Amino acid sequence: MAKRVSASNVTAYYGGFKAIENINLTVEPKTVTALIGPSGCGKSTFLRSINRMHEVLPGARVEGSLTIDDQDIYHRDVDVTAVRRTIGMVFQRPNPFPTMSIFENVVAGLKLNGVRRKSILDEAAEKALRSANLWDEVKDRLGKPGAGLSGGQQQRLCIARTIAVEPQVVLMDEPCSALDPISTLAIEDLMFQLKDKFTIIIVTHNMQQAARVSDRTAFFSIEKTGDPGRLIEYDNTQKIFSNPSVKKTEDYITGRFG
Amino acid sequence: MTTTVTSHRTRPPAQPSSLRARRLPGYAAPAIAVAALALSAVIVYGTDIGGPVLVVVLGAILYLAGLFAAANAVEGRRSARNRTWSALIHSAFVLAVLPLVSVVWTLVSKGAERFDANFFQTSMNNIGARDPNGGAYHAIVGTLEQVGFATLITVPLGVLCAIYIVEYGRGKFAFAIRFFVDVMTGIPSIVSGLFVLAFWVLVVSPWFNDGRPSFSGFAAALALSVLMLPTIVRSTEEMLRLVPAPLREGAYALGIPKWKTILRVVVPTALPGIVTGVMLAIARAAGETAPVLLVAGGGAAINTNPFENNQSSLSLFVYQQAGDASKYAPARAWTAALTLVALVLILTIAAKLLARRNRLSR
Repeated sequence: MAKRVSASNVTAYYGGFKAIENINLTVEPKTVTALIGPSGCGKSTFLRSINRMHEVLPGARVEGSLTIDDQDIYHRDVDVTAVRRTIGMVFQRPNPFPTMSIFENVVAGLKLNGVRRKSILDEAAEKALRSANLWDEVKDRLGKPGAGLSGGQQQRLCIARTIAVEPQVVLMDEPCSALDPISTLAIEDLMFQLKDKFTIIIVTHNMQQAARVSDRTAFFSIEKTGDPGRLIEYDNTQKIFSNPSVKKTEDYITGRFG
Repeated sequence: MTTTVTSHRTRPPAQPSSLRARRLPGYAAPAIAVAALALSAVIVYGTDIGGPVLVVVLGAILYLAGLFAAANAVEGRRSARNRTWSALIHSAFVLAVLPLVSVVWTLVSKGAERFDANFFQTSMNNIGARDPNGGAYHAIVGTLEQVGFATLITVPLGVLCAIYIVEYGRGKFAFAIRFFVDVMTGIPSIVSGLFVLAFWVLVVSPWFNDGRPSFSGFAAALALSVLMLPTIVRSTEEMLRLVPAPLREGAYALGIPKWKTILRVVVPTALPGIVTGVMLAIARAAGETAPVLLVAGGGAAINTNPFENNQSSLSLFVYQQAGDASKYAPARAWTAALTLVALVLILTIAAKLLARRNRLSR
């Protein structure tokens, strides 16, 4: 299921603005990798270029090579929808589809990609909701609107929706930043469980969260506003947080800058 | 932030010593209103300068002044301003609703006279000036067919055009389309009627009609389409733009293709708004007289075939009956106007209910 993601010399632009430059990084299967760094340093841009969501914005483009198990994500013949089915994504704010029920939200990825059989959808919905630790809370109201859940439940619903299509990599863009500590804890617990099956890459501003959930941590930074973001250090989380090899990482982690 | 705030206000406002303040009793406002009206009546009738309308207007002004003075004396300046502005806003609402109520009342009271079975079952064929009967069956058929065809033409075209502008259009071409849609919004209905007359009735229709130009309900539908299209495009466009980008991204991130995202996520989310826009366009088209007169010609007889010969419509019927010399004509005009309003109202309510059923009930 899980696959290795590697980036070499990845540079991404928004029109004429270079957002990240020469990112080289390899994410091992079945690990949680955290991307940390100050605002505007390109963590989210890098994350979005992994499943080709970066190019959704007009004028945005990516250079360099990104591969998933040696398949080039940006090859000319690659079908974008296949990439996104392989590499799922959870966003900063929960975004359940407002016109759909909880059940329809979970199976949206399957249903809109052509799966019709009710039994398959039922099974997939239960499996995904159980994996997202949401089944017990919603099993009696699957027909109710997804937007009626609480923020933390909505975010777990979005995670269920993402894993229902059985991706190999799950990208999370600050998934807990709009949630309270209890919901955050629920999602962090969930990440531990999901690690068995998926490769997880998470962007976070919360350094305790990065230290708690991730196996490896990548620190991004910029020289000054307007400069492209660069990867400063990438190592085991324990090493980054206890004994970083670059001064700048240490400054950021100890709160002396950023 | 703090610096800008303090620079605007050199001194912070004085802190009130108590959070409580003196308030006018609850009966004060109605009492002032009654007193103002009474005073106004005394002034107006005492000096014999006007009637009940002036009493109300003068009473309203006296009420505002009295309310401000009373509140200013008891509650202080801020509270007095608050009360006066609230009263002004409420009176603005009443002023805005008055014409609407008046129109509805006039329509119902005058239209009720001929609101009978005969009106809805007969046409104006062979109805002379001394005949109290006659009805609008032919006009209702005409309105339904013309507006129906116009809706069938403009809804797919308009919604697809809006989808193109919002989801696909980039650069100059999309900009040009938006610009021309804006220009189309301002086309007077008579111009759209003339356009269809010159293009469809005089040039195209002879091909289907042994070389002779022919009026038809379909030509009227085309003219109405020209009027409906920009309304539908612009309202749909606005509604699609209101759909948050994270919803689209959420769908893309599941590997759902763009066209399916638009069809199954974006359009359903915007549907209630799109339906409202379409109903506004239909209401506008149903009320147009000039284009129907120009290209469908009107007529007294029932013609259910929209592709051949003259057809009437409700608004055209109103126009013709209102200008008719027969003493029975005005009643027919009022009833037709009432029918038109009722028809649009029923269609709007039905469309809103349908659109709501698609959304999940909360």
